[in-house]
Amino acid sequence: MTLSVRTPVPGNMESVLSGPRGPRKHQLSIARIGIYAFLVMSALFFLMPFWVMIVTSLKTLPEIREGNLFNWPRDLTIEPWINAWFNACTGRDCNGLRPGFWNSVKITAIATVLSITIAAINGYALSFWRYRYANVIFGILVFGAFVPYQVVIYPLIIVMRELGLFSTLASIVIIHTIFGMPILTLLFRNFFASLPMEMFKAARIDGAGFWQIFFRIMVPMAVPITVVAVILQLTGIWNDFLFGTVFAGRQNMPMTVQLNNIVQTTTGVREYNVHMAATILTAAVPLAVYFISGKWFVRGIAAGAVKG
Amino acid sequence: MTVHSVSIKDLSLQYGNTQVLENLNLDIEQGEFIVLLGPSGCGKSTLLNCIAGLLDISDGQIFIGNRNVTWEEPKDRGIGMVFQSYALYPQMTVEKNLSFGLKVAGFKKDEIERRVKKASDMLQIQELLQRKPVELSGGQRQRVAIGRALVREADVFLFDEPLSNLDAKLRSDLRVEIKRLHQRLKNTMIYVTHDQIEALTLANRIAIMKDGVIQQLADPHTIYNRPVNLYVAGFIGSPSMNFLEGQLCQGDEDVFITNNGTVIPVASYDFMQPLNGNTNAVLGIRPEHIVTGSAAEEMPFKVEVDIDIVEPMGSETLVWTKLAGRSLTVSCDGDQQLEPGQRILLGFNPGRGSLFDAESTQRL
Ligand SMILES: Nc1ncnc2c1ncn2[C@@H]1O[C@H](COP(=O)(O)OP(=O)(O)OP(=O)(O)O)[C@@H](O)[C@H]1O
Ligand SMILES: [Mg+2]
Repeated sequence: MTLSVRTPVPGNMESVLSGPRGPRKHQLSIARIGIYAFLVMSALFFLMPFWVMIVTSLKTLPEIREGNLFNWPRDLTIEPWINAWFNACTGRDCNGLRPGFWNSVKITAIATVLSITIAAINGYALSFWRYRYANVIFGILVFGAFVPYQVVIYPLIIVMRELGLFSTLASIVIIHTIFGMPILTLLFRNFFASLPMEMFKAARIDGAGFWQIFFRIMVPMAVPITVVAVILQLTGIWNDFLFGTVFAGRQNMPMTVQLNNIVQTTTGVREYNVHMAATILTAAVPLAVYFISGKWFVRGIAAGAVKG
Repeated sequence: MTVHSVSIKDLSLQYGNTQVLENLNLDIEQGEFIVLLGPSGCGKSTLLNCIAGLLDISDGQIFIGNRNVTWEEPKDRGIGMVFQSYALYPQMTVEKNLSFGLKVAGFKKDEIERRVKKASDMLQIQELLQRKPVELSGGQRQRVAIGRALVREADVFLFDEPLSNLDAKLRSDLRVEIKRLHQRLKNTMIYVTHDQIEALTLANRIAIMKDGVIQQLADPHTIYNRPVNLYVAGFIGSPSMNFLEGQLCQGDEDVFITNNGTVIPVASYDFMQPLNGNTNAVLGIRPEHIVTGSAAEEMPFKVEVDIDIVEPMGSETLVWTKLAGRSLTVSCDGDQQLEPGQRILLGFNPGRGSLFDAESTQRL
């Protein structure tokens, strides 16, 4: 790198500009410092419990009993993590969180794909194929978003029992798909409604039908909004506890339910370190989703406001 | 029965309870360039969408190339369409945009290539083929949109305000290009606009629409010089026609007497039917049909007036004055030295004007 100092040429002084010039300098004002201070403090405040969880999960039980909640562990151990994953006990079985993790992966993956596929088709049909009663159907769907879960759980249990699906993987997947539908359809409908109607008309003149327009024109344009939907569903379904408890059955118990059982198990000593590790493990997936997708998420939401 | 390229019979369309088009009839000849002209919301796009098959009509029939296409899908009607908002597929390159419809229709690869090449040569968009629509300017996008209609090699092209989103310069360039395209392809074209310059320059025939009804369907010269009613007279022409209200009196020599008593002889006027009795009427005269100075001396009607306002517009100067208590605009040569307050002689030949019945607003 060379450092060049520009000296004004004598006799050519008028060419030297005075006053602000070029890119603006970013200065740290008092207000900014205040804002940053506030942000750092809030971040610390919310990180504190997480810190306690991490250090506790790395401590041995005797050390935990000493109290010092915030201290870094004296004898660092990863034993609790291994226990949480492989052999923590829920009632009689001592298989750790692992089966629950895979159950959750199965439920989340299938339900996410299924619900988003259906919602995208719904949203597309509702905004472009203005069939009769489209608005009525849309109204009912949106109303569905405001129905409290508790009201419909019992009827749904009966329906599932009658269908012979109660306590199966299919039942929990169907339940998540149904409950994701209002908000996802709304999301997709609004996205598609923001696209120009004339583009759809052009495609019709080009001879494309319902599915061709959907797959070859709409889906490629809907990538940003689909990312938003995936994030919503991934985290929502992963964090679900209520439906998992009710509908999944023992075979398909999701990770959240299993975590609860581990923590609630009352036999023997309370293994706080194992509980902490199990909790962090369960929270890891949504956390990872947020960290990886934060940028996409914002972009997807912003894309909804911009016309194609 | 003669074969029309496009024929619309008793077309009606309702959106719910609002009647947008009512019993509309329109016959278009092979190779004709028809412009649908009218104010915003009069149903031009609706009519075009009905022809394209993008809207289900409430009643009536549509024939294209003597085939009843009333119940046919847009793709089967033998049409190509260009939209105001370009409506290109944003995720596809220009080439893919052009070939999409052909691929859907299952054409062979070399046929698709041939047609895409032909259209892109014609529109000079060869260099743009690998770009995405976002990387194009408005004018280039509209060219591609026209290309997408061209590759269909349809008999009928529909244009829905294709130039409205472009700036003035580009608009006049592309306007000429569309005219050239029409002369070359000799397809039937139906073109919607609310720009009367576009209508007058492009059309073989213009259909002036108002509230879903075609007011007049005629060639540009007739529309301009012999409007059938007050609405058409006022709509076409910029600056717009001057109107004087008064009474038409039959006598040895027919005269038009304005409301404040100015007498204008109308012997030179070519009436649609012979007059019977006195009628309340409106006399319309275009600003450019009024002459000033020595030329006014020979006119059947001449009068001295004071200039109110002078608007120089380059090639011409627009002069605002008062005649018979109504404001009157006169289009003068741009070289003339004119001042507000100046007194000038002006005159016109009522034969070049238009007389309308005051009640029915129809041409007399
Ligand atoms: N989907 C719709 N539902 C109800 N009414 C509609 C709908 N689309 C158009 N209209 C009405 O039909 C009439 C004609 O609309 P149209 O779009 O054909 O007008 P236009 O002549 O093309 O106007 P512009 O020059 O603004 O494009 C308008 O009064 C409009 O309000
Ligand atoms: Mg329109």
